[in-house]
Amino acid sequence: MKAFTALFQALDATTSTQAKLAAVQAWLEAVPAADAAWGVFFLTGQKLPQRVPVAELKALAASEARIPAWLFDESYEAVGDLAETIALLLPAPQQPQAVPLHQLVEGQLLGLRTLDPASRAAVVRQVWCSLPSEQRLVWNKLVTGAFRVGVSRQLVLRALAAVTGLEVGTLAHRLMGGWKPSPTAWQSLIATDQSDARTGRPYPFCLAHPLEQPVAQLGPREAWQAEWKWDGIRAQLVCRGGTVQLWSRGDELISETFPELVAAGRHAFAEDLVLDGEVLVWRDGRPAGFGELQKRLGRKQVSPRLQASLPVVLLVYDLLERAGEDLRAQPLAVRRAALEQLMRDVVLPVSPLQLAPVLAAPDWPGLAAAREQSRAEGVEGLMLKRLDSPYAVGRARGDWWKWKVVPYTVDAVLVYAQRGHGRRANLYTDYTFAVWQGDALVPFAKAYSGLSDAEMREVDAFIRANTLERFGPVRTVAPGLVFEIAFEGLQLSTRHKSGIAVRFPRMVRLRRDKPPAEADRLEDIRAMLARTAC
Amino acid sequence: MDLVTLTEAGLYCPAGDFFIDPARPVARAVITHAHADHATTGHGAVLCSAEGAGITRLRVGPQPTLEALPWGEPRQIGDARVSLHPAGHILGSAQVRIEVAGEVWVASGDYKVEPDPTCTAFEPVQAHTFITESTFGLPVYRWPAQRQVVADMASWWQRNQAADRASVLFVYALGKAQRILAGLGTLLGDDCGPIVVHGAMTALTDAYRAAGVRLPQTSLVSALPKDFPWHQALVLAPPSAQGTPWMRRFGAYADAYASGWMLVRGQRRRRAVDRGFVLSDHADWPGLLQAIEATRAQRVLVTHGQVPVLVRWLAEQGLQAGALEAGYGGEQELETAVTVPDA
Ligand SMILES: [Zn+2]
Ligand SMILES: [Zn+2]
Repeated sequence: MKAFTALFQALDATTSTQAKLAAVQAWLEAVPAADAAWGVFFLTGQKLPQRVPVAELKALAASEARIPAWLFDESYEAVGDLAETIALLLPAPQQPQAVPLHQLVEGQLLGLRTLDPASRAAVVRQVWCSLPSEQRLVWNKLVTGAFRVGVSRQLVLRALAAVTGLEVGTLAHRLMGGWKPSPTAWQSLIATDQSDARTGRPYPFCLAHPLEQPVAQLGPREAWQAEWKWDGIRAQLVCRGGTVQLWSRGDELISETFPELVAAGRHAFAEDLVLDGEVLVWRDGRPAGFGELQKRLGRKQVSPRLQASLPVVLLVYDLLERAGEDLRAQPLAVRRAALEQLMRDVVLPVSPLQLAPVLAAPDWPGLAAAREQSRAEGVEGLMLKRLDSPYAVGRARGDWWKWKVVPYTVDAVLVYAQRGHGRRANLYTDYTFAVWQGDALVPFAKAYSGLSDAEMREVDAFIRANTLERFGPVRTVAPGLVFEIAFEGLQLSTRHKSGIAVRFPRMVRLRRDKPPAEADRLEDIRAMLARTAC
Repeated sequence: MDLVTLTEAGLYCPAGDFFIDPARPVARAVITHAHADHATTGHGAVLCSAEGAGITRLRVGPQPTLEALPWGEPRQIGDARVSLHPAGHILGSAQVRIEVAGEVWVASGDYKVEPDPTCTAFEPVQAHTFITESTFGLPVYRWPAQRQVVADMASWWQRNQAADRASVLFVYALGKAQRILAGLGTLLGDDCGPIVVHGAMTALTDAYRAAGVRLPQTSLVSALPKDFPWHQALVLAPPSAQGTPWMRRFGAYADAYASGWMLVRGQRRRRAVDRGFVLSDHADWPGLLQAIEATRAQRVLVTHGQVPVLVRWLAEQGLQAGALEAGYGGEQELETAVTVPDA
């Protein structure tokens, strides 16, 4: 735990990619396999679910620190991070010990969830007593499931590649599909034998960048394949050795959530293959919106009734493996031709597995016109993929672009503010915005990104000077600031006071020119919704 | 009877008709210490500690008559008997003891209980009512030992020297800068390598030396040639210098920030420096409680920081506690520098 904590601190202390890479490499070279396995698991952003309920952990920490609950909450509000608050509050350890990471995880952490609260408290207390203060922060973050450190998965893979001499792609692939840390898993991760079976594992997803330059700068239209950009869940259907699995981009197995897709795959394909596509709720020949899809998520039991009322499809747009052969290095044009043939030959028109169409418009202006139809089509815009591009690991720049439609914007009034977390713990950075309904302001969106640091400080000062009431960490703010809020999607909702739910709201700018009275009205937003829904 | 009340201009003593650390010009001010949020200009007469007279004069300007009172020496002002006692915050920082007809109040100003080589140590003074600051009034704030922090700074500097980059340390120009200088001087001796300071610090550092505080030799950044071996130097600069063109002359550098706030990771990241050193001139949570206890006061009035938290905590410990919100300081450790332009 000592080495891993030192790595955490080193990564936390620098913004230089080179320094981070060097720190991860040095750590990988120094630690035993069992620790490296767990470290890589956490560093690549994989999480164990919360091991101890937050309320239980808070109560335990407050009792260890000999302070009342309210004082714990005040401390938490000032620090902004639960794991850190606890680490700062606990009394110094009595007998600090050197416990290896894997031992702490396997011996203490994993079992916590199944214990009864009293035994759980005893384990946590015992770990706190044995760990030096700085290591407690990391341990607490593992316990709360909030471990996050400023390295990308890609950077960890690069460090791992440098240490093992393996390709990043090989390592990324081996880490897919619910990789479970253990010394054995570690040995097969770093094994130089490249012929390892791919059973069950999806490929690392090839990702696109947002298009920022004018589309004409991409060169001749003929070099590109254009598709709709679907607003669903990216997934790979992995059919190997008679089993079929559906994996999401979050490296999560979602076969049970969408059993009809898995069944269709089993039905259609006799050979080993891997398809890449998008899961969508599909009605009347068009996608039904992400909100509908959300109703299918997170369910372990999917009743036939739910399947009928929220019918899903997998729109397939890439073929990564066929007859056990990895096609990812082939140009997109070749993969697409093979995919079209496959879908024509073996997939029935009634199957929920369908080929995603390619847009035919012959030139850029034609595509731009198609893009304008995105909202009517229920999509987010276009995808542009270079026809000669391989299926790259991660976010290779220049081959795949997402050309989204301009989001909706609304001018709204700041009404509530809450302190940020992490590096913004002492600033009010999480805002709730309202629009007018008659002469009342109705909250309709929350946002906490999009402002520069300077603007954030300015708004923070405004909030402190214009607080009407305080409820715990939340302040009610006198209407005074208007923000332009952009968001990607909009739909009716019964769970929201405003009757409207927004997707991906973010602040575009502070409208210093607009008095609150001139902010948008709920009717305006409803009208926007009516224009888009069919 | 309340010996001290809160007015628009700040804390006021009716019996002696004077203000403590007033925020606007008054006829008679008692100034606890020379930080900008406590020592303001435009007053008629100023009373401060003899130890802090030099730096207080730099702050209040040439106009007011300035009376310097030795530690503990009583001075009658109207019906109030006033004396000053060390607060341990910065050079000359004082607690104000006020006695009227056997009733004793002590206003702490800013204070810390940890020893500091650049000023007289905090002295517990018994009082019926104690007015305490609460800048770091939360139990998460517990300071590491100063010796350890200074040792960390020294090894940070040495590592930077080995890597051929300058070490730029952002600190408040008054108090913190001199405390670090004194600490490094004791740890490394006089031969610790070049220490250079921003122009905002020279007058104050010289005032410390004039008051008899032993500090290692420093040079003014702007007085040094362009080809000075910056990569060997420790540069002390006020936080306001961060990110300004003034920094360019140092070439490759590592930067750090020294403040009590650096204890919290979010604050460290917000400062966007390579390193945060936890060093404060305010009392931490145990320090506040220890100081309050030592006064044996039954009534404690809280100001300057985490007011509601400390009031509630003290009330739960059975003390008569209340808020006395003065307009200074607020939620940050507001100790801005005397702005001497760095020509
Ligand atoms: Zn001060
Ligand atoms: Zn102050």
